[in-house]
Formats: sequence, structure tokens, C-alpha cells
Amino acid sequence: MKTLSTEILVIGGGAAGLSAAAEAAAAGAKVLVAESDLHLGGQLVKQTHKFFGSKDEYAGTRGFKIADILLSEIDSCKENVEIHTNTTITGFYSEDGTFTAMRGEEKYFHIKAKKTIVATGAQERLIPFPNNDLPGVYGAGAVQTLMNVYGVVPGKRVLMVGAGNIGLIVSYQLMQAGVEVAAVVEAAPRVGGYWVHAAKIRRMGVPILLRHSIRKAVGDQVITGAYITALNDRFEPEGEETYVDCDVICIAVGLSPTTEILSQAGCKMMYVPQLCGLVARRDRTMKTSNPDFFTAGDASGIEEASAAMVEGRIAGLSAAADLGYPTEHGKLDEYWGRLQALRSGEAGARICQGLECVLVNRWEDVSDD
Amino acid sequence: MDEKSNPGVDRGTMDLIEEHPILDFPRGEKVSFFFDGREMEGYEGEPIAVALHANGIRVYRETAEMHRPRGFFCAIGKCSSCFMVVDGVPNVRTCITPLKPGMKVETQHGKGCVPEAEE
Repeated sequence: MKTLSTEILVIGGGAAGLSAAAEAAAAGAKVLVAESDLHLGGQLVKQTHKFFGSKDEYAGTRGFKIADILLSEIDSCKENVEIHTNTTITGFYSEDGTFTAMRGEEKYFHIKAKKTIVATGAQERLIPFPNNDLPGVYGAGAVQTLMNVYGVVPGKRVLMVGAGNIGLIVSYQLMQAGVEVAAVVEAAPRVGGYWVHAAKIRRMGVPILLRHSIRKAVGDQVITGAYITALNDRFEPEGEETYVDCDVICIAVGLSPTTEILSQAGCKMMYVPQLCGLVARRDRTMKTSNPDFFTAGDASGIEEASAAMVEGRIAGLSAAADLGYPTEHGKLDEYWGRLQALRSGEAGARICQGLECVLVNRWEDVSDD
Repeated sequence: MDEKSNPGVDRGTMDLIEEHPILDFPRGEKVSFFFDGREMEGYEGEPIAVALHANGIRVYRETAEMHRPRGFFCAIGKCSSCFMVVDGVPNVRTCITPLKPGMKVETQHGKGCVPEAEE
């Protein structure tokens, strides 16, 4: 079987992975990016809104344009970067340090790397309700893929479940694409996402029903409707169920980090609710307890794309430095300064709480348990 | 699968976003492919699952034990919901497998059968 060798393997070509690749390649390292999707850019290419955050992370620029900026940065050091799309890393074998990879569904090969940056992103969470498995119940990311990447109408009338940033933004994007949004239901007593996104869809007449949730989906082979209900203080259904006519139920109830490869590499993992799941312990350089593995982006904890890009840069910089490539003095501190600025808000406080649990100052102090 | 389960079957149009305030959609060559023997049109290089969705197809497979319909869900190759039989190969992640002209895409029943190895 064919084996590809590289200095730095970056798993995932989204916001974090592209930033890591750009940074490491600029420092002189040979980088191989493996992306399971058909194109690079991850979730960035699905975003039509202008980003918040800071100028350093392209605030004011629409998400899909940020992907273009990162790609042109990589293009400027393309002699150091090898890109494989439609290529899934299926496992890591620590006994001989080999990754198994699959191009498409049938071409298998091996990859060997000196350092690996795991920027595998996240996967959609689902909540339990009858018929939640029927076609028409789609993850919010999937709805974005259909309409914003491929220009396919996802449905006629959508019930959005979740009023966090993703639920709000995708509701707005649906209307941009000419699709009716019946309502947004949110179990919490308040909108989880930015107020400005909520205001945009309220102005367009879409009800945001707080303390409401979906009770069941209706349909024989595919979704034809849903019952929603109000919730009391203990999140129990209360009062009459209301029928909503819809052919798509869009699930935007959060994401879980994708971390299997990190576990396979023996990285010390920790369940951190503030980071939305199981993540690798890491130091300030985004290095894990396995000194050849780094983590960045949503795989290291669910956060905004702006933070994912800075984490990617830190991981790329650190991996290159570990291989002996000269890196600019003080850059790590600069990137941490940017992260701190991005995390200064209310949502950031929660992230910082999570990081306090998972961040390691000295690996010698971490016990083997 | 009948008209009720896949409302778009045989209607011969695609559900495409024609006008968008911000995005435009560069599409590949228009090609024909087959879904359970029916000829359909899609764009070369787009994921098979996307081409099917545009043709009104929602049910991609049927589960092995409970015989429940499954379709599109995550669109990033992580969830297994959109597994189908493509050119005889079962369990293909159709959300990240590019459409090619003449492809034979079939609803997968149960776990699918691994094709015999060619001599």
C-alpha cells in the first residue's frame, strides 16, 4: 500500500486547519492537508454574514470570503503545501505511527507525519423526539451546505430548533435563499446568539418562541409537520401542543468536538461542558500530551471561527518550531493576545472557564490516571 | 419508494436557488445519472446526495432492522445517514462523493451487499 510522508499532517481543511497550514508552511515546513469534504474551507464557505470579532480575524468580511483569503495565503507558499480533498483519515496506529487514509470510498493509503495537527471540527448534536430520524430532519450545517454551497433549495417551510447563533444565522440565510421559516423554537428562556442576528429575523416576521421545544416530528416516509409545545421552568412540556406545517426541521442545538484521532493517539482527554464535550488537554502551544499531536479549532472546544483561526495559527507555528524551523519571536504571545480579545465577551467567559480545566502549564505536573 | 415518499420523482425539474443576494453558484457540467433506474439530471462534481435532493429525492436508504427511511443529515461525511449503493458499491457516503455522468445510484436496503471481487 502506498505511503505518503510529510513533516506536518493537518487533518481538516476548515478555518483552523487552513490557518495552521498557512502558518506552518510560511515558516518553511512541508505540510499535507487532508480534508474529507470535496472542497476546502469547512464551515467558512457556508457563511454569508459578515464576521464580528476583531480586524485581525477579518471582522466585517463575509465568511466565504475569509476562506478565499486563507486559500490565497496558502497559495503564496504552495511549494510547501500538498492538499488532498475528498480524503478521510480513518485511523491512527500508534504502534508504528501510521495514519490510514481513504480517498473517495475505495482508494486506501497510509500517511506518516512527524507532527500532526488535528483540526477535525465538530459534528451536529441531535435532541430526542419521536421521528427525529426521518428524512427532513437536517443538521443546520447540512442545510447550509445544500443552499449556500450548492444552491439547492432545502425545503419549502422550515421549523428551526435552537436560537443560538447558528439557529439564528441559518434562519436568516434560509430567507436569503427564498425559503419560509415557520418559527424558531428555543428551550431556554432567552436567545442564545447575538441580539443583532435575532433582531434581523424578527424584523422579517419570524416568531422566536422562547421556552418552547419540538415534541414530535410528523411524517410517514418524510417530514410533513411537527408538534411544538411550551416548556415550564423545569423544561417540562406544558399546555397544548401546536402543529407546525413544515417539510424541514432544522436542528441547531449545538455541536460536539470530533476527537477520535486524538483519543487513538493516546492524548489525555477531558470532558469539559463549557467546550461542549470531550477534548484533548493542551498547553499554550496547542500541543497535547502526545508531543507529536496538536489540536485546534472546534475539535479542541466549540467556539467561533475567529478563535479557531487563531488556534490554528498557534498550532501551525508551534509544530513548525518543534521541527526546528525558525519562527518570529513573540508571535505566540501576540496570538494569545488576540484570543484573549476575542474571548472578552460573555460567551468568551464560559470558554475561559472551560480552558482553565483543560489547559496545562507543565506536562510534568499532569498525573497519569 | 413511491410518489409519497419521494415527492419529486419523475417531475423533471430541479429545486435550485436561481437568485441569491450574496452568493452565486458555479455549477459543473449538467450530466445525467440514474436513481433506482430512473434517469435524472445533476451537475458533475456536486455531491450525489445534493443532486438527489435537488431532484426531490428525500429517502436514500432503509435501515436494516426497523426498516426506517433515512436521508440527508450532516452533509460532512460523519453521520452515515446518506449511505447508498453507488455503481454496485454499498455504504457510499453520498454527501461527500462527487456525481459523475452515468452513475447508477440506488436506495440501500439494510446493510447492503459487498460486490464480488473482479477476477
